[in-house]
Amino acid sequence: MDVLVEGVRQAVALLLGGDREILGVLWLSLQVSSAATLIALLLGIPAGAVLALSRFPGRTLVVSAVNTGMGLPPVVVGLFVTILLWRSGPLGGWEILYTPAAIILAQALIASPIVTGITLAAVQNVPAKFRLQLIALGASRPQMVWVTLREARLPMLAAVMAGFGGVISEIGASLMVGGNIKGQTRTLTTAMVLETGKGNFEIAIALSILLLLLVFGINWALTAIQQRRPA
Amino acid sequence: MTTRLGRCAVLVLIGVALSAVAGAQAPSRTVILSTTTSTQDSGLLDVLVPLFEKHTGYTVKTISVGTGQALALAARGEADVTLCHAPALEKKYVAEGKMQDRRLVMYNDFLLVGPEADPARIKGERSVVDALKKIATAGARFVSRGDKSGTHILEQNLWKQADVTPASPWYIESGQGMGATLGIANDRQAYTLSDRATLLAFSKRVDLKTMVEGDRLLLNVYSVMEVNPANGPKVNVVGGKAFAAFMLAPETQAVIKSFGVDKYGQPLFVPIAGKKDEDF
Repeated sequence: MDVLVEGVRQAVALLLGGDREILGVLWLSLQVSSAATLIALLLGIPAGAVLALSRFPGRTLVVSAVNTGMGLPPVVVGLFVTILLWRSGPLGGWEILYTPAAIILAQALIASPIVTGITLAAVQNVPAKFRLQLIALGASRPQMVWVTLREARLPMLAAVMAGFGGVISEIGASLMVGGNIKGQTRTLTTAMVLETGKGNFEIAIALSILLLLLVFGINWALTAIQQRRPA
Repeated sequence: MTTRLGRCAVLVLIGVALSAVAGAQAPSRTVILSTTTSTQDSGLLDVLVPLFEKHTGYTVKTISVGTGQALALAARGEADVTLCHAPALEKKYVAEGKMQDRRLVMYNDFLLVGPEADPARIKGERSVVDALKKIATAGARFVSRGDKSGTHILEQNLWKQADVTPASPWYIESGQGMGATLGIANDRQAYTLSDRATLLAFSKRVDLKTMVEGDRLLLNVYSVMEVNPANGPKVNVVGGKAFAAFMLAPETQAVIKSFGVDKYGQPLFVPIAGKKDEDF
């Protein structure tokens, strides 16, 4: 019990005291997971929209694959991305293993199916009659897709939250492709594992509180946008 | 209103994301060090690596994994230099030509620890092999790292010398680092093998007592090895050599000698640059 109390006390001290190392770790986590979420949005929204609005043979198979991908284990992604990025691997020439770029790549792969799946569901929830009406009113197909996406934008914010929440809290991929290098690729979650391994439970608890606060803050902002009534 | 806020959120996201790209550093002048968890968990590398970076201008990427993986990565040319602690395995890699120029850096020691109740009656035993035999005979619980780390490799070696094939239910494999393994041993009232540095770091959390120490078999010798450039086209030979030389330099050895005194009242490692395996 005293460990918990001490952890909370240290979390407050670390946050208020502006410990540079901790702030660096916090900032890196935020940067990496934001970049990964952004990439996932750029890939996932068009993919989800296309899947929702088109019919082609094998579509059910693709949608099933996306739904499976929503639960893609980060450690699996981490393993394959590590092997691809090895010096001896096919992407070794990029020389990004053990850098933040590698973590962004892995996290984007984790978040993309989540964004795709939620976009797919959100767009499919827009009534088909609404789309027919748009066409009837003379909208071109790109215009119809654009307006439909706009109509689905509120549920799609859930995609941002789920994608970001998924990657900022994952550990397996960050640890494997980033290497948990001090000052370079140490994120909140990998730092937490390290401090636990060192027996510094108070610091680990402090870090977990920071992580929860960060995720909460971002979800709060996004939820505020989502729940606001249209002006 | 909704869309404006939404646009703001996306812009912030893009800004933060771009700053990540801008912050990415050039990969040149980096040295990849594959090493064991104990050097990292003890905090030694947090002291030594910045010193090396300051002296040489290299950026070190420390990949802290079990000794087995550290050597396997190096053998694939995925690292430039290795610091680990499994002499028999290291010599095998050197003999195979994967690693070269193995030199001793420092040592500390392992301890056989266990619960106060000491169900196998081994406290004060001189020979760790005899103590393990007694544990097996008594069927007392023993937690193994089970992760091919240097500690695990030594432990397997000791069981072999004791002529015992450890098995469940009394033999528990944690598959985790030293700290987590000590926690499990503490919880299960079991024996385990730990390096002194990690045990000291966990002394506040675990209530395990030292049962056997001082046996020569429990010496924990760390060596530095360079990666054979033939392992892969991208091995940073010069950088690896520079790090190995740094570990053996008198100034570095002096830092190792005093490391841990301020926190634990005793040094965690004994520097031994220049010594040979035969000296131990």
